[in-house]
Order: sequence, then structure tokens, then C-alpha cells
Amino acid sequence: MIKRTVQFKIYRYDPDKDEKPYMQDISVELEPSDKKLLDALVRLRAKDDSMSFRRSCREGVCGSDAMNINGKNGLACLTDVDSLAQPITLRPLPGLPVIRDLIVDMTQFFKQYHSIKPYLVNNDPPPERERLQSPEEREELNGLYECILCACCSTSCPSFWWNPDKFVGPAGLLAAYRFLADTRDQDTNARLDNLEDPYRLFRCHSIMNCVDVCPKGLNPTRAIGKIKDMMVRRAI
Amino acid sequence: MNVAKRTFDAVIVGAGGAGLRAALQLSEAGLKTAVLTKVFPTRSHTVAAQGGVAASLGNSTEDNWHWHMYDTVKGSDWLGDQDAIEFMCKKANEVVIELEHYGMPFDRTDNGKIYQRPFGGHSMNYGQAPVMRSCAAADRTGHAMLHALYQRNVRANTQFFVEWMALDLIRDADGDVLGVTAMEMETGEVSIFHAKATIFATGGAGRIFYSSTNAFINTGDGVGMAARAGIPLEDMEFWQFHPTGVAGAGVLITEGVRGEGGILRNASGERFMERYAPNLKDLASRDVVSRSMVTEINEGRGCGPDKDHVLLDITHLSPETIMKRLPGIREISIQFAGVDPIKAPIPVVPTCHYQMGGIPTNYKGQVVVPKDGNPNAPVQGFYAAGECACASVHGANRLGTNSLLDLLVFGKSAGETVVEDFRSGNLSLKPLPADAADASLARLARLDSQSGGESVFDVGLEMRRTMQKHAGVFRFDNLLKEGVQKIAAVAERAKRTEIKDKSKVWNVARMEALELDNLIEVARATMVSAEARKESRGAHVRDDAPDTAENPNGRDDKNWLKHTLWYSEGNRLDYKPVNLKPLSDDVEPIALAKRTY
Repeated sequence: MIKRTVQFKIYRYDPDKDEKPYMQDISVELEPSDKKLLDALVRLRAKDDSMSFRRSCREGVCGSDAMNINGKNGLACLTDVDSLAQPITLRPLPGLPVIRDLIVDMTQFFKQYHSIKPYLVNNDPPPERERLQSPEEREELNGLYECILCACCSTSCPSFWWNPDKFVGPAGLLAAYRFLADTRDQDTNARLDNLEDPYRLFRCHSIMNCVDVCPKGLNPTRAIGKIKDMMVRRAI
Repeated sequence: MNVAKRTFDAVIVGAGGAGLRAALQLSEAGLKTAVLTKVFPTRSHTVAAQGGVAASLGNSTEDNWHWHMYDTVKGSDWLGDQDAIEFMCKKANEVVIELEHYGMPFDRTDNGKIYQRPFGGHSMNYGQAPVMRSCAAADRTGHAMLHALYQRNVRANTQFFVEWMALDLIRDADGDVLGVTAMEMETGEVSIFHAKATIFATGGAGRIFYSSTNAFINTGDGVGMAARAGIPLEDMEFWQFHPTGVAGAGVLITEGVRGEGGILRNASGERFMERYAPNLKDLASRDVVSRSMVTEINEGRGCGPDKDHVLLDITHLSPETIMKRLPGIREISIQFAGVDPIKAPIPVVPTCHYQMGGIPTNYKGQVVVPKDGNPNAPVQGFYAAGECACASVHGANRLGTNSLLDLLVFGKSAGETVVEDFRSGNLSLKPLPADAADASLARLARLDSQSGGESVFDVGLEMRRTMQKHAGVFRFDNLLKEGVQKIAAVAERAKRTEIKDKSKVWNVARMEALELDNLIEVARATMVSAEARKESRGAHVRDDAPDTAENPNGRDDKNWLKHTLWYSEGNRLDYKPVNLKPLSDDVEPIALAKRTY
């Protein structure tokens, strides 16, 4: 790569001084080593230290730097800056209250995650050694446990936009299935009861935006389908 | 400024592996606990650990904690304290099995047990052959562990203060620790967290180097706070350079790649580790592999147009093995190196990864300082665990997978000690000094009013470049001496950093300026301690301390078998003895010997 200048259009809002949000046009010269959108944003911050966004691992495992990039949710650290049409339009994740600039209030998102009891329930006395699980049983958890809670999926889901307080959303439901699918977990019935409601699970209309945007390549829609199957099988 | 006060039995700073493990102990014991974390818990850097956690479960090859202890002492180049190392290796099975019970999705062997893979420096029968000791969840062990620990804390109703940045440690006239000051990112408001016990689990400061595998948040906040409060820092000259960071990007490629059969090659395709470590080869200890790589590069056998890296080759492994055991690595290689490792080798270079030193503690997680002739007198009310602490189990060089083990064992141990001290009435809520928040408020006021200063970005960059050039994989007497001066100058500049953003709300500029204060303490400690240690040991290798008959590998046990203690005030150095005696009679001391692999 070479040095090049990149144009941005970025959502700005600082409640301490701005009456309302606005879109800022700004450009920055990138060094040859700057490859990812996050590199460009760090470069931008060196120029304007008021530009606010979350970031941490810069390798797509911590889930901090999710944002809306040219209309689609993604992680800044996994997005090649040169692959983006300019001006690169950056907005905070849709549907959640904005705290400042690209930083959203994720309270509702985590509330839904917590609502599915995201922990293993096994009331047998713990054995001295590990609980056994065959490689095939363990394989059932692949595609589920890797979620990084970045919220790209839930905040791209129209059902979540409409009912963030009632619909668990794709991230929470993926986590719910992660425990339903775990042979060590004993809480299957209570977990299904917890989701048996017109909103919590059934507001998913298989629009599949979640699958489209997941930066880890996970498939919440499939997991939701499997929960629905379990509900049906339980009923008959 | 009005400062709110909150009172707890215990406050834990940091919600990575060590903080979450400690929190679990306290929450389950019913202590009123606050966990402060500057990022949502699952964003802590434990999440990025890949290859595994060590435990001598013996699920695939014969193993026992004696062998693990021997490997760890040898790996530490005998600078590790043998009581703490015995404690950690003995406890390993227990804490890993607990995690499995919490729901951690470990990979499995055919008979359903936790899957284990070989890792660097871990051996069977005292160095004879590689052993399968690293308990793994694919190459996402840290992610699986951190989420399992967070989930268990949700179950235990742990009270988190998310996106609160701790600012300073509060000590009274007796030197006892009474809590911390902290700032809520969303509002910019400062609070005092007043507590009977304070546990630091704030992680390392790998961001002092230009090229680092570490996250942006790894700014040594606890280490910096401790140093400013007069606590000495132990063995800060010892930094681990991980052999395999992606060349250019710095992103980590786990040693588990070599555990699964990966091979390092130079420009001519030679498996050069056979020359440096004839027995364990690519699975030698990290300091040894990193130095061998840099030697290859320095002697002109590096790869690429600039001959500035070597290659990590797994093209001989089956695509199925790579997809099953190393899926995250494949993603990272494609993302950050532009290479699919199924088809082509990954360009790698040694990259700063881990801080072996830190806040001095004992195996119980108590912070200890020299006092009245006792080199290890506990500081009342103060505990630390994980990368910010120095127990010391890693000594001069940490073995891969021992960091996740460290944070589990000592997170739990610190938690247990606090619960014990609480129940036995050893802890009390001492009155806050009138000036408890003054230092923090002064730092914030300075940032609000500073004009004509330099940007945090520029000063930080100068610090990182200085550390990289003057305290890297190989160290040189003249560069270290110059480095001490240069870092002192950078530290002066850091006192006058200026931020343009004065907003109260989620002010990243303010956070980065405060983080730089912490990084600077770590950088000074590192440079001064390294310049002073006139020997080669583990990760600290100097040009003027070569391999001789009298000092094998340049290690000088007669003069330097001791821990460094650096005090921020006046850059003062002190030393304390290494504990060569194990904790119990179950094991003989591991006798000093030359390290070969």
C-alpha cells in the first residue's frame, strides 16, 4: 500500500456541546501500513482527539468497535479500508441510544443477553473430573460459542428495532441455543419456557440480516430455527 | 469538585480472567463487591488468548504437576519463586476442571475428556520430550474462558461498574490501602470506592512497545497506579516477545500452531530451530525461539523483499486439522497477513506480548513490599492477580499457557485470601484521609487547563519507539543507557500533554492521557531495571553478558539471582532474594542448571 487520502462522512454528537447530531465531512491521509478501517480511525483521532468510538483488541475478538459502515454493520478492525466506497459513511449502530459520536448505549442489548440465563445449569454434584462430552456433542456448540457480543446482528434486525424490550434478538437467542445444545446443561424446559411468548423468540421473521452482518460468520437464524423446532417437538 | 463516595467490602479493578475469577470467589461468599472495568468484561484482553491453559490432567499423554513445576522453574530461568510455582502447578487441575463445570466449551478427546495439545517448553519427564498439557477450546481458549467466567458471574449476581476507569490507589498514613478513585466514562464523574479490600487485576502494559500483540486497553493501569502510590514494581525488565506476531500487523498467532505441528522456516526453507534447540525444536521456550528468529533475520536469512521476517509453515497439515483446531488462526492470517495458511506459510516476527514483572505479590495474592527488614511484608488491604501481578511464577520468561493458568489460580487465591481475611476480622474499613481524591482531581484539572502541550498521540508514539529500539529482544549496554535518558525525557513531556477535547461525556482523549501516565511508569521501570541488570537471563539478554563457562548463557547467579524492585520516586532500585524453596515437602527444590532445550 501507499500513502493515500480517504474521505469520511461521520456521525457526530457530543451532548455536552451539540444541540443535535450532525454529519461531519473529514478526510485523513493514511500511512502505507494502515489497512483496516480502525487504523484509519486511529489516524483520524490523532488529527481530532474528540472523535469518539470504542476499540480494544483490533483483531475481531473483543467486539468493541462495531459500527454502521456505509450502511452495513461491521467491525472497524476487520474491515479493509480500501474496500470501502468513499466518502466512507460511519454511523453508530442503529436502534440503540447514542451516548456520543459512534458510541451507543448497549444496556438493552445486554439486558436481553442476560435474560436468557447465559450460564450452564447443572444441578448434579460436580464430579471430581471433567463432565464427559463426546467430540460430536461438543461439535454442536461450534458456530454458537464464538459470539463476541458486538451487537452487529441485533442492531441490524428490524424486529429488534421495533421491540428491543420484548424480542430477545439474534445475539441473545444464539446464546440461548448455545446452552440448549450443550449436553451438560439440564435446564432445557425452563429455557424453552422462558422463550415461549409471542415476542421473545417468535418475533424473528427470518429476515436474516443477522447472518449477513455477523463478523464471525455465525448464523443466529439457524439457531433460532432449532429453538423453534425444540418448542414444536416438546409440544407433541 | 464534588466527589461521591461508595462503600464496599471489596473492590476489584479489572474484569479479565483474574478479576472475574476473584469476583466469583467474593460474590459466592456473599461479600459486597464492586468490579470496576473500563471495558465490558468480555472485551478484556483475556479474550484474545488462543492456544490453551496448562494443567497436568494427563488426558492424552502421561503427566504430573512435578514435571509442570520443573518446566516452569526452568522456563523462568530460575527467577521464579518456587513456592508460588509449586502452588500454581498443583492447583492447575482443580481450576481447569472448575471451568469445565462452569460450562467452558473445551475441545474433547475421543473418550470425552478435555483435549490437550503440546506447547513450548512443556515436557514430560523433566525435559525429555514434548507433553500434551495445554487444555484448549480450538484456538479460542481465552475467549471461551472469559465468556464462561463472565457467565458464571452473571449467575452469581456480581455487581459490575462497566466503563469505569480507575484513576488512583488510595492509601492512608500507615500505607494501608483503602480503595481507589475512579471515573465513569459516560459522565466523566469521579467517585471514591472505599473498601476493606482492594484487588488489582488490571492486566499488562504491552502497549509500551511499538510492536505489540496487546489490545489498546493494555496500558498497565494497575501497575501505574501502584507505582504512583509508592508500591515498588518487581522484575519489570522481563518482557516476553512472542515468536509469532503477524509481520507488520503484530496480531498474535498462537504457539498452538507449532503445538499442532507448525514449523518455522528461514529464507532457504530451512527448519532453523533444529540448530538452536535440537530436542524441543520449534517448541522450545518463547525467549529462545524469539532470539533464534531475530538471529536468523540479523544474519541475512530472513524472508521477504526486506528479509525482515521468517515463515510459519502449516501447509503440511491437513485442511481438516487446520479448520478444526486452528480456525481462528486461519481467519487472522487471511485478515491480517493476506495468506491462507492451508496454502501458504504465514509471515511472522517476534512481537511484544507479556509482562512477566508487576506488582509484587505472594502466592496468596497479597501485595508484598519490603518493610522493617522483611522483604515480603503484606500491604494491608491490597491484593493483586494476573498479568499486573508478579507472584512470581514466570520469573524471567513465561511458558505459553501458564498465563491463563496464572490468572485462574491467583485470581481464585486472591479471592480466597480476601474472604479469609474478611471472615477472620483482619480487614476493617479505615477512615478515608481528607485528601483521598486530591491526586486524581489534580490530574484531571491539569488536563482540563493544560495549554501549549503536546498531543498524547505524539508523546505515546515516542515512548513506544524508544522502548522498541532500546529494550527489545536483544539488549545492548549503550542502548539501554541512552534509553534511560530518553524515557526520562519522554516522561517529562507526558506531564504536559494537552487534550483538545474537554467534554465530560465518554472522552476518549482524556482516557488516553490518563492511560499514558500509567504506561510511562511502566516504561521507566522497564528501562531502569533493564539497564541495571548486568547479566543475561530468560527474556533479558545483553550483548555484554555472553555465554561463558563461568556464566552459562550469560546468566550470573552469583550476583543476579535476585528480584528487582523499582520505586517510581527517584527511580530507586532495590533487590530481594528469589525463593528457591518450594511451599511443601512434596517436592525438592529444582536445582540451578544451564537452560537448554
